Amino acid sequence: MWRDAALVAGKDLRVEARSRVGVNQVVPFALLVLVLFAFALDSDREVLAKVGPGLFWVAVLFAALLGIQRSFVIEADDDARDALRLSGLDGAGIFLGKAGAVAVQLVVLEVVLAVGVVVLYDIHLRSPVLLLLTCVAATVGLAAAGTVYGIIAAGLRVRDTLLPLLVLPVLAPVLLAAARACDAALAGAPSDGWPWVRLLAVFATVYVTFGVVAFGALLEES
Amino acid sequence: MVPMTPNTPRGDVVSSPNLAIRFRSAVSLLGRFPALAGVDLDVARGEVLLVRGPNGAGKTTLLRACAGLVGISSGEADVLGHDLRADRRAVRRRVGLLGHAAFLYDDLTVADNLRFAARASGSSKAAADAASARLGLDGRLRHLTAAKLSAGQRRRVALAAVLARQPELWLLDEPHAGLDAAGRDLLDELVREAVAAGATVLLASHELERAAALATRSVVIAGGRIRDGLLGAAPPPATPTTPATPDPGKEPAHVA
Repeated sequence: MWRDAALVAGKDLRVEARSRVGVNQVVPFALLVLVLFAFALDSDREVLAKVGPGLFWVAVLFAALLGIQRSFVIEADDDARDALRLSGLDGAGIFLGKAGAVAVQLVVLEVVLAVGVVVLYDIHLRSPVLLLLTCVAATVGLAAAGTVYGIIAAGLRVRDTLLPLLVLPVLAPVLLAAARACDAALAGAPSDGWPWVRLLAVFATVYVTFGVVAFGALLEES
Repeated sequence: MVPMTPNTPRGDVVSSPNLAIRFRSAVSLLGRFPALAGVDLDVARGEVLLVRGPNGAGKTTLLRACAGLVGISSGEADVLGHDLRADRRAVRRRVGLLGHAAFLYDDLTVADNLRFAARASGSSKAAADAASARLGLDGRLRHLTAAKLSAGQRRRVALAAVLARQPELWLLDEPHAGLDAAGRDLLDELVREAVAAGATVLLASHELERAAALATRSVVIAGGRIRDGLLGAAPPPATPTTPATPDPGKEPAHVA
């Protein structure tokens, strides 16, 4: 399973590195979201600092949708999904590989966006451990849930429009919990943030487990 | 001409280790449409079976069913000793499918595509490189991304991916389509070598002259059913076959 996961993740990351869709389209899109929200809300830095964590995770969420869609578009082109099925790769391995590749891309995106938030919104970090764990748990949850719903939508002709409808409501708890935990980390009140991190960890565990168990069957039906 | 085996009553041939494919009243539904509507077919190990038929007859579905890519709703279907109804995944690593699509990632190079395909199917990087060289995909071509390849070159890469898997059962769907003359000759050569090494080949094609030259037997499929050569697998040839001469006059009028 781990060998298959590494193989699939390596392939997906190589495709992204060569196509440069992430660098040329997804990252600029996420930065634009940050800037546009800043324009729309207020140019007052106090307001921006207050809503910064929420805006950060909204931008991550939208960009994650693009990344998840992209992860399955490359399998739909030229029927490569059939080749995946023919390969006999373990379904759990494929899931972990695809979710892992999405997670790696999200981490890169989060680092870039974090710099953007600090510069644009004048935010200062007070509890780095809480922030780091929040990002890890939220990223794993986003990637795992997104990959599960990505394969559900993959076989449908309306997949491009259906995926956001399926995923956004499911990921709402991640958005809420990650924003609250980040808020606590930035305000220097980590005790307020830990319950939200626990919620993120439960969410990530549930979707990673579900994906490992069900992805093979979902791939068969897609 | 390619021998057409006579129709024999259903059930005459029982499952045997000498059979690579054994279908009995096999039905495969695409939605509610029966793409295979009760197929009875035996293919002996080492045989090269040509499947002919008009567009939409079920040739591609038959090949995809043999690869375990489409399900069998009812009837019996054994491929390489695996019951497709019980576990169609088990057969997948043992077959090679050259389909209409090339199964390539456009942003990966030829070398990367082949290495991924080989490693994913349990084959080695060396096998991928050898297949690549055999198909003339070395030099500059290896480092081109698949998006930059012509249709014929994509076909060669797809064939190299099949070759690298070293499958026991080759499933070739319109294999000559898109290939130039040299590519077609090379494909025929590879099929003959695979058969000599013990592989079985199921070949669906409208290019009857070439396909018939490769085949040891042919059947016609129409409306999701085998119409000729119903059962009774022909014994595999001891050596690579002498190319049979097609007889276009025997071709059913509806075959394109």
